[in-house]
Amino acid sequence: MHVESKLRKPLITGGKTLHDVSEDISKRVEQKPSLTWYAAMIISNITLIVGAYAVYRTLWDGIGMWGLNKTVMWAWDITNFVWWVGIGHAGTLISAILLLFRQRWRMAINRSAEAMTIFAVICAAMFPLLHMGRLWIGLIWVLPLPNTYGSLWVNFASPLLWDVFAITTYFSVSLVFWYIGLIPDFATIRDRAKKAGRKVSAYIYGGLSFGWDGAAKTWSRYETVSLVLAGLATPLVLSVHTIVSMDFATSVIPGWHTTIFPPYFVAGAIFSGFAMVLTLLIITRKVYNLEDYITIKHLELMNIVIIVTGSIVGIAYLTELFMAWYSGVAYEQYAFYNRVTGPYWWAYWSMMTCNVISPQLFWFKKIRTNIVATFIISIIVNIGMWFERFVIIVTSLHRDYLPSSWAMFYPTIYDLGMYIFTFGLFFTAFLAFSKYFPVINMAEVKSILKHTGEKVKK
Amino acid sequence: MDDKGVKFVIGIYEDEDVLLDAISSVRAKGVNIYEVYSPFPVHGIESRLGYKRSRLSIAAFCFGFLGTCLALTMMIGMTTIDWPMIIGGKDFLPLPVFIPVTFEMTVLLSAFGMVGTFFVISDLKPWGKPKTFDLRSTDDKHVMAIEIEKNNMSEAALKKLLKSNGASEANSKLMDE
Repeated sequence: MHVESKLRKPLITGGKTLHDVSEDISKRVEQKPSLTWYAAMIISNITLIVGAYAVYRTLWDGIGMWGLNKTVMWAWDITNFVWWVGIGHAGTLISAILLLFRQRWRMAINRSAEAMTIFAVICAAMFPLLHMGRLWIGLIWVLPLPNTYGSLWVNFASPLLWDVFAITTYFSVSLVFWYIGLIPDFATIRDRAKKAGRKVSAYIYGGLSFGWDGAAKTWSRYETVSLVLAGLATPLVLSVHTIVSMDFATSVIPGWHTTIFPPYFVAGAIFSGFAMVLTLLIITRKVYNLEDYITIKHLELMNIVIIVTGSIVGIAYLTELFMAWYSGVAYEQYAFYNRVTGPYWWAYWSMMTCNVISPQLFWFKKIRTNIVATFIISIIVNIGMWFERFVIIVTSLHRDYLPSSWAMFYPTIYDLGMYIFTFGLFFTAFLAFSKYFPVINMAEVKSILKHTGEKVKK
Repeated sequence: MDDKGVKFVIGIYEDEDVLLDAISSVRAKGVNIYEVYSPFPVHGIESRLGYKRSRLSIAAFCFGFLGTCLALTMMIGMTTIDWPMIIGGKDFLPLPVFIPVTFEMTVLLSAFGMVGTFFVISDLKPWGKPKTFDLRSTDDKHVMAIEIEKNNMSEAALKKLLKSNGASEANSKLMDE
C-alpha cells in the first residue's frame, strides 16, 4: 500500500470522489460549449483565415514576399520555427521525464500539456514546410526517397536533415504517447454516453476508445507501455532541441558557432514550454472550473521549473559573452558587442529583461503562488524567448565579415501574417481539443485520488 | 448453461485496497477469477492475479534494434555505396554524422513497434467491442468477474464469498461469447 507524508499538500482538493472526477471532466465534453468558447473559437478562426492569406501569397509569389535579403537570409521564419518547437517541449517533458521521476503532480496537467506540444510542433513544422514553396516536391526533397536525379540522396551530414528526422519522430511519438493516455478516458466517456442513451456519442467515443474495457491484464501492459515510452521519449525530448541548436552550432558564423548551444537550447525550450503551459492552464482551469485539479501547488511547482530553467538560460547568455571576450577572436567579439549595443540592442535587452530578470521574481513565494502574476510572467517569458531566437539569428547575420554587405532585417506584413496564421492554427486546435477531448487525464488522477486527495489528508 | 452465453458472477468493489485483499482471499479459496476491470491502473494487481510481467519491453528493444539496423543500412547504402560524396572533408563512411538519424529511427521504430504490439495482443482496435460487465467499471467501481462454469462452486456460494470479502454488490451477468 502506498503511504504518503502528511506534510505534502493534497494534489486534488475539494473532497472529490472517483465519480466526481469522471463527472467534472466528462461533463465538459458532453455539454454544449459556453459562449466564451464560441467567441474564442471565432477569434481563432478569423486569425487563421487572415494568416492564411499570407500563406497563400508566400506559396503563390514565393518567399520574396518576406523581408529577407542577401545578408539576412534567415530571420523571421526560423525564429518562429524554433520558438514553436521550443514550446512543444513541455508536454513530453511533463509526461515522460516527470513520469520517470514519479512526480504525481504531472497527472493533472499532462493531457493539456501534451496536446499543446502536438499543436506547437504542427505550427513549427509550417515554417520549414511552407518556405519550400512547392510543398509536394519539398516533401520528396527532405525524405530519402528514390528520385529521378540519380538517385541523388539527401545529405545525411546536414543538421537540417537531422531536424526532419528529429521533429517527425518527436511529433509521432508524442502523438502516440498522448493517444495511449486518452484511450481509457475515451472509454469512460463512451460508457457514460451508453448509460445516458446518447448513441452517436457512444459510437464515436467507442471507436476512439479502441474497445478498451479496463481489464487488469490490459492495464498491466498499458503501464509497461507508458514506462517504456517515457524512457524512449526522455532522450528524444533532449535530442530534438539539441539537433535544432545544431542547425546553428555546426555553422561557422560568429554568434552561432558555440558548443554550449545544445544544453542552452534545451533549457530554453523547457523554459518557454512551461511558460506556455502556464498561460494555457491558467485560462483552462478558470474557464472549466478545474481549480480543484490544477491547484496553486501545481502552478507553484511549474514556476519553480521556470526559475531553474530561466536561470540556466541566464547563465548561458553570460557564458556566451564571456567566451566571446575570452576567445580573443575579433569577429566573435564584434558579433556580441554588436548584439548588446548595435542597432538591435532593444531586442537584446528585451530578451535579457524578459528571460533573465522576470523569472527571478518567482523566488518570492507570494509571486509564484499568485495567479495573476504567474499569468503575466508566463507571457513575458514567451515574448522573451521569441526575442532570444530573433537575437541569435538576426544579429549574428546582419553584420557579416564584409561591412559593405551589412544590412538590416525588416519584416513585411507577410512575415507577420505567417506568424499570425500559426497562432490561429494553434488556438483553433487547442480549443477544439478542450471541447471534444477530456482536458485532464481522468484515469491517472483517479489512481492518486485515494492517497493524495484532500480526504485522506485530513 | 444457457445457450446464448456464459454466466458470470460479478463483484463490485469500491476501494482498490479492499479489492487487492479480496483477490488474494478469493484465489486462496481456489476460485478462478476470469478478470478484474478497473477505472484506473491498480498497483500490485498483476501479482495478486498471478499475471506474469509483460514482455512488451523486449518487443520495444527488438523493434528499436531493427530501427538502428534500418537507419544504418539506409545511410550507408545511400551515402557510402550508391552515391559516395565528400561532404565537409569527411570520408565516405562518416559514422558520427549518422548518430542523430540512427537515434531517431531507433526511437521511432521502438515506440511504434511496441505500441502496435500492445494493440494487437490486447485486441485494441477502433472496431473492438469492450467486455463490459458493468458500465461503472470505467467510472468509479472495480469489477471482479468469475465464470461460474469454470469453478466448482454454486452461484450463490460465489456471491456469498465475494460479499464476505468486501464487495459492495454481487450480481449475475450473462455475457455473449
